[in-house]
Amino acid sequence: MAANLHDEPLEAAYDARLLRRLLRYLVPHRRTAAVAFSAIVGHALLQLAEPYLIKLAIDRHILTGELAGLELIAAALLVILTGSFLLEYLETYTMGMVGQRIMYDLRMEIYAHLQRIDVAYYDRHPVGRLMTRVTTDVDALNDLFASGVISVFRDIVLLVGIMGVLLWMDWRLALVAFSVLPLIALVTQWFRRNARASYRAVRGWIAQINASLQENISGMSTVQLFRREARSFAAFDRLNRGHTQANLDSIFYYAVFYPAIELIGAVAVAAIIWYGGGWTLEGTLTLGTLVAFIQYSQRFFRPISDLSEKFNILQAAMASSERIFGLLDTPPRLAGPAAGRLPDGPGRITFEHVWFAYRGEDYVLRDVSFSVEPGERIGIAGATGAGKTTLINLLLRFYDVSRGRIAIDGVDIREIPLDHLRRRFGLVLQDVFLFSGTIRENIACGADAVSDAEVRAAADAAHAGPFIDRLPGGLDAAVAERGATLSAGQKQLLSFARALAFDPRVLVLDEATSNVDTATEMLIRDALHRLISGRTTLAIAHRLSTLRDMDRILVFHKGELREAGPHRALLARRGIYHTLYQLQYRDQETALA
Amino acid sequence: MSAQIGAHGQYNWPTGCKGPSRSGFPMRLQFNSAARRLLPYVTRYRARFAVGAVFLLLTTAIQLVAPWVLKLAVDDLTAGVTRGKLGLYAAALIGIAALGGVCRFRMRCVIIGASRLIEYDLRSHFFGRLQRLDLSYFQRNRTGDLMSRATNDLNAVRMMVGPALMYAASTGILFVVAVALMLSISVWLTLIVLLPLPLVSIAVRRFGDAIYDRSERIQAQLARMSAIAQEALAGVRVVRAYGREAVELDRFEAANREYVARSRSVIRIQGLFFPSLAFCLGLSALVVLWAGTREVVAGRMTTGDFVAFNAYLTMLAWPVIAFGWVTNLLQRGMAAWQRMLAVADAEPDVRDAQPQGAAPAPVELRGRVEFRDLSFAYNGQPVLEGVSAVVEPGQMLALVGPTGCGKSTLINLLPRLFDPPPGTVLVDGVDVRQLPLAVLRGAIGYVPQEPLLFSDTVAGNVAFAASGDGAPAEAVESAVALACLDTDVAGFPDGLETTVGERGLTLSGGQQQRVALARALLTDPRILILDDALSAVDARTEEAILTRLRGVMRQRTSIVVSHRISTVRGADLILVLDRGRVVERGTHDELLAAGGLYAGLDRQQRLAAALEEA
Repeated sequence: MAANLHDEPLEAAYDARLLRRLLRYLVPHRRTAAVAFSAIVGHALLQLAEPYLIKLAIDRHILTGELAGLELIAAALLVILTGSFLLEYLETYTMGMVGQRIMYDLRMEIYAHLQRIDVAYYDRHPVGRLMTRVTTDVDALNDLFASGVISVFRDIVLLVGIMGVLLWMDWRLALVAFSVLPLIALVTQWFRRNARASYRAVRGWIAQINASLQENISGMSTVQLFRREARSFAAFDRLNRGHTQANLDSIFYYAVFYPAIELIGAVAVAAIIWYGGGWTLEGTLTLGTLVAFIQYSQRFFRPISDLSEKFNILQAAMASSERIFGLLDTPPRLAGPAAGRLPDGPGRITFEHVWFAYRGEDYVLRDVSFSVEPGERIGIAGATGAGKTTLINLLLRFYDVSRGRIAIDGVDIREIPLDHLRRRFGLVLQDVFLFSGTIRENIACGADAVSDAEVRAAADAAHAGPFIDRLPGGLDAAVAERGATLSAGQKQLLSFARALAFDPRVLVLDEATSNVDTATEMLIRDALHRLISGRTTLAIAHRLSTLRDMDRILVFHKGELREAGPHRALLARRGIYHTLYQLQYRDQETALA
Repeated sequence: MSAQIGAHGQYNWPTGCKGPSRSGFPMRLQFNSAARRLLPYVTRYRARFAVGAVFLLLTTAIQLVAPWVLKLAVDDLTAGVTRGKLGLYAAALIGIAALGGVCRFRMRCVIIGASRLIEYDLRSHFFGRLQRLDLSYFQRNRTGDLMSRATNDLNAVRMMVGPALMYAASTGILFVVAVALMLSISVWLTLIVLLPLPLVSIAVRRFGDAIYDRSERIQAQLARMSAIAQEALAGVRVVRAYGREAVELDRFEAANREYVARSRSVIRIQGLFFPSLAFCLGLSALVVLWAGTREVVAGRMTTGDFVAFNAYLTMLAWPVIAFGWVTNLLQRGMAAWQRMLAVADAEPDVRDAQPQGAAPAPVELRGRVEFRDLSFAYNGQPVLEGVSAVVEPGQMLALVGPTGCGKSTLINLLPRLFDPPPGTVLVDGVDVRQLPLAVLRGAIGYVPQEPLLFSDTVAGNVAFAASGDGAPAEAVESAVALACLDTDVAGFPDGLETTVGERGLTLSGGQQQRVALARALLTDPRILILDDALSAVDARTEEAILTRLRGVMRQRTSIVVSHRISTVRGADLILVLDRGRVVERGTHDELLAAGGLYAGLDRQQRLAAALEEA
């Protein structure tokens, strides 16, 4: 887009492509859309009849003085009014609903896509920006479907209809009225080009003003500490001035456009009076036809001057659809095979010469090989940045390995369908993630069908039972967004209960190091002990008690697997684990002895 | 003209606005004062508005002449007329349109232009008010909310003082004059035709209110849908790990469905809105056709009268519709203006003790800092308790302690980012609350842990505090060199002129911290505060920086917060804080000998260093 910012023809083609792609969303709703379009055509035809009735009133009654039959015209007008009312309602309602349904479809498509796209995508795009795609950008498209498309179509029908009626009533006078059309085309073209440029300029300034506001509001204390208020103000003032000037410039085009269209309309009316009046005097044209021509020509120019507004709608819709399609066109690279191989062994996990870098050649894991036997409990130790969390990210395939492979019973995890792979693991993360909903829903979150008794049992086993009972509503108590009303320890216990209810074959644990009181700490220790006993476990452990429970501890350092063995044996080696132990765990020994 | 805003809005307020209080009287009082405060912004451009009013009158008058010409032409045609006279009418129509066009052009430029100028003033003043507010205000109010007031609300206010005013005035005049002309054609026909019109205006307002209410419900549902999406997108790892994608999709779909359902109720009303208006206006046209024809046939009206009457009736449609539209704009504009005033009226807690005029002669601070039995609570939570310390010029005070122990709060009180209790924080023996903010902050160079750089060049960010044309190039270069940033800068594409931030080069955390250090050094401060300011810089570079800074620090007071023992070991006094209290104090050697928290920290860091070598 940036490349052809100044390249009009290319961009027009680009816009047309976007528009065609957008219109494809109309297809599933073509029946409703067809009703809307028929209503539009019917409504336009009725609108065309009104000036014609006036013509009849003038020619048949006013000029002749004959009142009989006037009731017929009045009745026809009443029918037209009622019909217009019904058809316009039908057209607004159906078209509005088509717009809403398309928005609904688009939102679901975007949201479903976000559920499939790689986790790595979230690293690059802040959640706030992704939210904008689902909400603001989709809304901008709503304007296009609900008011843009419909009114453009209505205007076209009206314009064509009026031209037809005029030609039918008197082709000579019609040609006179049409003579101003080239002028209209010229003025509109001029306006379109300039309004587009000035719209761009204004948007550009607004973006800069918003960026500056954002920066100043979030950095106000820095501004104040360095007593930079005056200069920041001057910088902001420059943008504010630029924005105002751009707006003043754009007023010019609008201020010229409307009067210009009116002037051209007046020229048309003048020509109708000059030629038409002459023909009336000669007797080749009725006065009623002349008056009807004048009324039609007034209706002819109104849709044209509405054009500017629709133009802004189109611009905004194009910008939004570009961003939306940009997201939809980003394919998930990690999609597992639909019908891949399923490991059917006991569930032996092997890391084979695994290398991984989040970016370029900056390896976080280097040539890591180890295996986890079924039922074995593995602890992972290492300093911050040693690559511990990355192991989990790779095992659950949030990312794919750069080199080497991870296998379950000899089957590369890249060949296992994603949902099947992830269903094997129960993940308990450091930052416990609770959804808004009830306690019950949070515990039963991943499992397919969990009975109330099972939820209850899981809660009790995780020592979450007592505090849940104290909540109003017990298991049905509401959990606020991100579990804001629960303490860190309570959230931890809930996440254990969730993992227990899920009853995974392999437990993957990134243990929290939250500050909790001693009583809660004892509960967590005990619940954790229950959680891992007899279950294949892969745990990043921060508690000494957890490490001691483990069959084997893998010690990572700077991305490499450096030491492995049970707690006592590793301590005796007086290597990295020994140092780590002194750094991170020794204090727990005294605190919780 | 501005009085008109007050009058309209006052009339509308009790019914329409969703303010916090619905009791009429106090709201109206508050509302009146709000409207009065908008007045100066408008009266500033009274000359412009006066010119605009003249063109508005002319435009409207000319617009009303055209149907009259039509009337004359039609009457002449029925009576028989020369072609020459027809040409005259045709020319008159074009002339009228040309003249009207020029007036309309001027009217738009002048009035809409004035509204843009008012928008400029409002935005400038709003920004200026924001600059006065203190840190605690920005912590209480979300950036997004303040942004929305500076953008959406501002736009609503502009719509009120510009387009709404213009349309209100022009349609008002149009209505009065058109009705007068219609009355001159036929009194009783006019009266019959006008009967349904009040209904139309009432309908417009009713529809407007109903649509507004339902739109609010749609907005609420949109917020709910956003919250659901936000939650699932932020927790994407858990969602994927538990295979919860389908559940999340269902939740979102339910919210999406409800959104469509609520939209449907608005579409229903909107769908009725214009058709009902068109129907009411159509009824008037029907009356004209039915009764007007009889009048002409009876000889009480000419054919031209009939045609002109129809044309005027068409013209009336717009004012009738615009009336409802304009009242909605006014209503929304006033609500937005009050939201903006709430920000503009906020008073900072931290401000100069003396009124601006009575400022004392500029003081040259030496930089002796004293904390005297300082206790401080934030939001009712005690953060600091009984902290005392003295730092003489040329000395270095170091603060050590676990996260959340109150270190950052302590140093935030010195430049008065928050106000300390009276008599607890002193510079040169004077309570900081008694020192002019400009003098106090001018003497302090502050380097935060997470510095905020602005989208500007490196040089621009370093010379952030410099006044006028910026700092001399040598000063910037030497500050950059002191902060050990010179080799980094040499590698940037445009050296010191490289733009950084969102639209430019992304700096590493360590580079950002060093830019912030250079920025503080450039101000040549008496007191240098480093709030864990080199945490993202590796140990070797930090060592180099501290060596280079040694000479600079000898001449001034420095206060350093750090997690690294290597940074603080040379300090004249080290305070170890825990939960807001000083638990250990002394020099490095004294604290090591004491064998407390500090000694434990030292041991841990030696181990970590050993691990790094492994």
